[in-house]
Amino acid sequence: MIEFSAPDYLTALPEMFLATVSLVLLMVGVFVGNRSTKLLTWLSVVAMGAAFIMVLVGSHAPSTTFFGMFVSDSFSIFMKCLVLIGAAVTLIMGMGYVKRESMNRFEFPVLILIATLGMLLMISANDLIALYVGLELQSLSLYIVAAFRRESIRSSEAGLKYFVLGALSSGMLLYGCSMIYGFTGFTGFHEIAAVIGHGGGDAHGVAPIGILIGLVFIAAALAFKVSAVPFHMWTPDVYEGAPTPVTAFFAAAPKIAAMALFLRVLLGPFHELVEQWQQIIIFISIASMVLGAFAAIGQRNIKRLIAYSSIGHIGYAMVGLSAGTPDGVRGVLVYLAIYMVMSLGTFACILAMRRRGQMVERIEDLAGLSKTNPMIALALAVFMFSMAGIPPMAGFFGKLYVFLAAIEEGLYALAVIGVLTSAVGAFYYIRIVKVMYFDKPTEGFDKPMGAEISSVLAVTGFVTLFFFVYPTPVIEGAQAAAALLFP
Amino acid sequence: MIIETIVFYVLAVVTVAAGVMVIASRNPVQSVLFLILAFFNASGLFVLLGAEFLAMILIIVYVGAVAVLFLFVVMMLDINFSELRAGFLQYLPIGAIVGIILLAELILVFATGAVDIHVPEVVAVAMPAPDEVSNTRALGNILYTRYAYLFQGAGFILLVAMIGAIVLTHRQRVDVRRQKIADQVARDPKAAITLKDVKPGEEGSWKSD
Repeated sequence: MIEFSAPDYLTALPEMFLATVSLVLLMVGVFVGNRSTKLLTWLSVVAMGAAFIMVLVGSHAPSTTFFGMFVSDSFSIFMKCLVLIGAAVTLIMGMGYVKRESMNRFEFPVLILIATLGMLLMISANDLIALYVGLELQSLSLYIVAAFRRESIRSSEAGLKYFVLGALSSGMLLYGCSMIYGFTGFTGFHEIAAVIGHGGGDAHGVAPIGILIGLVFIAAALAFKVSAVPFHMWTPDVYEGAPTPVTAFFAAAPKIAAMALFLRVLLGPFHELVEQWQQIIIFISIASMVLGAFAAIGQRNIKRLIAYSSIGHIGYAMVGLSAGTPDGVRGVLVYLAIYMVMSLGTFACILAMRRRGQMVERIEDLAGLSKTNPMIALALAVFMFSMAGIPPMAGFFGKLYVFLAAIEEGLYALAVIGVLTSAVGAFYYIRIVKVMYFDKPTEGFDKPMGAEISSVLAVTGFVTLFFFVYPTPVIEGAQAAAALLFP
Repeated sequence: MIIETIVFYVLAVVTVAAGVMVIASRNPVQSVLFLILAFFNASGLFVLLGAEFLAMILIIVYVGAVAVLFLFVVMMLDINFSELRAGFLQYLPIGAIVGIILLAELILVFATGAVDIHVPEVVAVAMPAPDEVSNTRALGNILYTRYAYLFQGAGFILLVAMIGAIVLTHRQRVDVRRQKIADQVARDPKAAITLKDVKPGEEGSWKSD
């Protein structure tokens, strides 16, 4: 008989709680039917809030459970907090849309809850198989919610495209994992790190080619999940086609979880191979920044524009990762936190773009918004300035930290390209402000926009505008989380 | 020993022959049946290797689910397979060229030793098969203990797949008549049935002619 002792369940308490709640809510939905959607949405938000508290009060000391497959430490706590906030806020602000646009089915909040659970599992993964299970749980739920408006051709197309390309990237990930397993003999991150660090390389200190091939495949699959160039092709179509609350969710939560996975995998098991993966990350970073800046210029649809902008933002975050230092990782984490707040606010504005009961999403629909809806115009202007990186908005500090880390590591070319592409990006962000403030007003948007959207707008706008007054909690949390990845 | 060898060759020959028949047979239903034959023989080979769990899985999953699904597809969809196969031969030359190039490249890489794929010595050695437990039991021992976390995670993935299939395809149709058992039970026999005393030969009674 194999010796067996029960794992420490307390470490994974938030995940187990969310899993149980999602099953209970599913049962409630099945028996009560679609009129329970609103109740289930609120209950999901409450469950995410409860999980948030559990994550925060849980032990900050690194601990593993489930035989080393699941890890909880200050890095996972920071990332889980971000993901839970992002998911809960998108659920709240999407409520009006879900009700109006024939998406009123009880499976929606349940699927979002399960996707969030998958993200938490990804963030806490400490084993290649656990990584894959978490990633697949998240992705599968996201494919479904992307196609949730099945009577809309664009939504179905978005879901199908996302599914096909996502399945391809999962295949690449699995292939990479199998190479790593074959050449190290382990699936656990600690063991892989030990093998690679402990004479894994040959006489010249070069790791076996099999491990490098595996690393490249895993990096490619993760780059797909964060939609970094050259694996970004799905992003604009999926962002445009998916229902707007789903797009908001895509922009906020899954990107953060996938970036957490990226950081954990590259800095955990493959820490010794930093010189090998640094080139990949630098290339991805430059390509994403350049494409995000130039491809967004010609966009007329605001969701497409935000898609390209999110590709660019991932590029900026990658600048910090390519530095490969604790400061760089701190920069990535701060960047992600700020990016999440900005994109939640931007999507709250997009969700308020409704004219005579119809959603509109062209940029020219925003013309003269400062006259018709001055509050939305002001908030959107704040977010656009912040995304462009203009001080003293929050976005400026995000960019500041990653560029500083890159310069400290001597990656001057990377920092210069980053600054240049931000200047190009500022053009299309500020163009939106120009359209809102200086173009001839058209018909205003429907009023009222709904209490949930206006409160999300107020909070995110406030945070973006006044981040510089009290940035300590975010910076310190990021500092502690980043330090953990560099033992 | 000799019996084992004979059994192996019988199973192997039947597997290969059935595999050939899968692609050679003109009738798609026969193809699927040959596929099932190939699966059964392959699982026999697994039993010979001592991997009885894989053998069972092969039969349950591939024969029980996949092959039956194929059969359903073949029977329910009106696909003309001979038409599909009509242009097949014209792709043969280009396919052969691709295959030959790939083969040459592989030989180039591995036979000449251009790439040294060395495995580090610290790699974990595969665990020796325990003598005292069958491999089904060994798998069961760790699947629900050491790998319980992954097992539950995989279960959740399957649940999401099921929810997704229902969400994306299930439609509430209004034009079908549904059986509502509550309505049926709640019906009052007095209101639903009227008894009429019909005399033979009167209007409304059954007549033979």
